[in-house]
Amino acid sequence: MSEFAFLNGNEAVAWGVRLSRPHVIAAYPITPQTKAVEKLSSFVQNGEMDCKYLHVESEHSAMACSIGSSSVGARTFTATSSQGLLYMSEGLPYASGARLPIVMMNANRSIATPWNIYGDQMDAMHVINSGWVQLFVEDAQEALDMVIQSFKLAENHDILTPVMINVDGFVLTHTYEKVDIPGQELVDSFLPAIEKAPHLMNDQDPMSLCISAGNQHYMEFKIKQHRDMFKVFEQLERIDRDFEKSFGRSHGGAADGYRNEDADVILVTTGSVTGTARVVVDSLREKGIKAGLVKLRLLRPFPSDDLYELIGKASAVGILDKNISFGFEGTVYTNVNSSLLQKGYRGRTFNFIAGLGGRDITKENIEEMFSALLEQKGETVQYFNMGCAL
Amino acid sequence: MIKKLNARNIDAKECFYGHKACGGCGESLALRLALKVLGEEAYLSLPAGCMAAVSFIYPNMAFKNNAVITPFASTAAVATGIAAGLEALGKEAPLSVGFAGDGGTADIGIQSLSGAIDRGEKFIYICTDNEAYMNTGIQKSGLTPFGAATTTTPAGKAIHGCVTEKKNMFEIAAAHGITYAATASIGYPEDFLNKVQKAKECDGPAYIHIYTPCPTGWGHGSKITVDLAKEVVDTGLWFLAEYEDGEFRLNRKPGDFKPVADHLKRQARFRHLSDEEISQIEVMRDRKWEKMLKNWG
Ligand SMILES: Cc1ncc(C[n+]2csc(CCOP(=O)(O)OP(=O)(O)O)c2C)c(N)n1
Ligand code: SF4
Repeated sequence: MSEFAFLNGNEAVAWGVRLSRPHVIAAYPITPQTKAVEKLSSFVQNGEMDCKYLHVESEHSAMACSIGSSSVGARTFTATSSQGLLYMSEGLPYASGARLPIVMMNANRSIATPWNIYGDQMDAMHVINSGWVQLFVEDAQEALDMVIQSFKLAENHDILTPVMINVDGFVLTHTYEKVDIPGQELVDSFLPAIEKAPHLMNDQDPMSLCISAGNQHYMEFKIKQHRDMFKVFEQLERIDRDFEKSFGRSHGGAADGYRNEDADVILVTTGSVTGTARVVVDSLREKGIKAGLVKLRLLRPFPSDDLYELIGKASAVGILDKNISFGFEGTVYTNVNSSLLQKGYRGRTFNFIAGLGGRDITKENIEEMFSALLEQKGETVQYFNMGCAL
Repeated sequence: MIKKLNARNIDAKECFYGHKACGGCGESLALRLALKVLGEEAYLSLPAGCMAAVSFIYPNMAFKNNAVITPFASTAAVATGIAAGLEALGKEAPLSVGFAGDGGTADIGIQSLSGAIDRGEKFIYICTDNEAYMNTGIQKSGLTPFGAATTTTPAGKAIHGCVTEKKNMFEIAAAHGITYAATASIGYPEDFLNKVQKAKECDGPAYIHIYTPCPTGWGHGSKITVDLAKEVVDTGLWFLAEYEDGEFRLNRKPGDFKPVADHLKRQARFRHLSDEEISQIEVMRDRKWEKMLKNWG
């Protein structure tokens, strides 16, 4: 039996984890993720979850413990944010290279310095090449559901790749929404017990993991990993379809269009800002402007085909980035722009950088972005809602 | 009562072979001996360092056991993660063991070791101490002794080798109130085997610090590795001790120490030392023993 509750994004993630029945959780607190780990600890302490909670002394160890527990075949969850993600970043390619299906929540937050605890996506972009699936969610319901789906995805023997679920700091982690908490039986039938992958440690046939490989072998390991990453698209879509059958709601695959079919101008978004952008698209449509939206749910693997299909016909595309790759442009832009170019896209692309350090991205900002697209005016890279002239 | 191990009843099975360590490597001997006691069921975690470098070279794996290379700083964290995972999957009393060098233990790995001991989980941690970072080319670690020349503390004109003393890792581990801690040397293999046996039986975290000479890093003949490891205890420059039930105990109390100078001069890393510096090392040794005898009796 599912039930509705008023939850913030952190609590929704914790519920998703609880329902997924992990064997081990190892996590270290950091704002704005803290409420998720507190909730999970209280589930464990109250006997509501049968799971080992490791109170580690750092994020580096949180990732290391997760590597350990996942390498013996235990379903493993961890959560972090910002400096914590950076601190554990050494372990991220260990986990992905060893093909360990760890699931992690990353509460997106800015990176010091200057210190700032609020939300942007600098942290996730920092580790985009770590070999993890990078998934971005729009609201608390999607966050809960994607924890369940992510275990299923990561543990699929064709995938065996860790998944990072990015949940925008504060905007999602601290905002309460009405969330449907699915019943345990339903989740159990959708997400069966983890099936141990053959390369993992086991008593019958001992294994060496996180091995070293010289120049005569390393590249093959990495290309295999790279190729398997592309299988995520198909599996995620299949998982989402099955999810819809069981739970009655769907979140789509790698990318999702909104009023994009006949759109002249399209804005590409990731995460929570998508909600605001939808409202703006609706109001522009009322004025007869053919505005559309593409929500990127996956940044790794990068859905080039889907993206082109969703965007192809628009005359201009704006890519909203809550991050900067210093000395260049926004990272999402680099990815979208490159992939559209490869596909032969002929329209103009713009990069809109906004929302750094938790700066608001208002409806007006998004309207301005659309007018820049309509008029195709201004620089390729534009900054929004700046407090002072620089 | 735990069965005492000796040369006659030790397991003949090998769990560590075909590795690429240098001839006469003390660390590889420590691993080989420890695995005879730990057996094939032990799950091993090894960080960067010589032992990881020589035993996981695809496609040749040197361990018969389940084994994993860990991020350098996190031997103990990975080991406790493995233990937790196995327990959560229903395995009774899993045996999870970390092996790390002196650098991987006393420097970069000390935080995760401290955290893991603090959590009180059952795992064994064995520090193989060759008194420098060997895998990266013999640089100073927190366990490099006073006077030793390394590539980052060479015997220069202004500074004559390493100026700091060894960190007291055994006492640091014990200060956590750990269930069991011990020091050992591959010069006293039976003592080491029995300490590993104790660690295996104990119900909680265990730490063993073993002295493992390195012919390549120390500049000594590969034939005298075990000799040096025995001599170092007999000269009083290393000690055999245990911490159990909250108490320290010295396992050997040498009456007269063997001469330090002869022992040191057999190793190229100490050959530059002046008589005065050798006397300084003796003073440090005597101070340490005075404290140990007084406090640990
Ligand atoms: C994070 C990180 N920093 C540095 C290194 C480089 N590194 C590899 S092994 C090593 C030294 C190992 O020394 P020790 O732990 O004493 O083991 P030994 O090689 O002597 O067995 C270093 C510095 C690394 N692998 N990872
Ligand atoms: S350098 Fe020293 S520790 Fe490393 S393998 Fe050779 S002898 Fe062993």
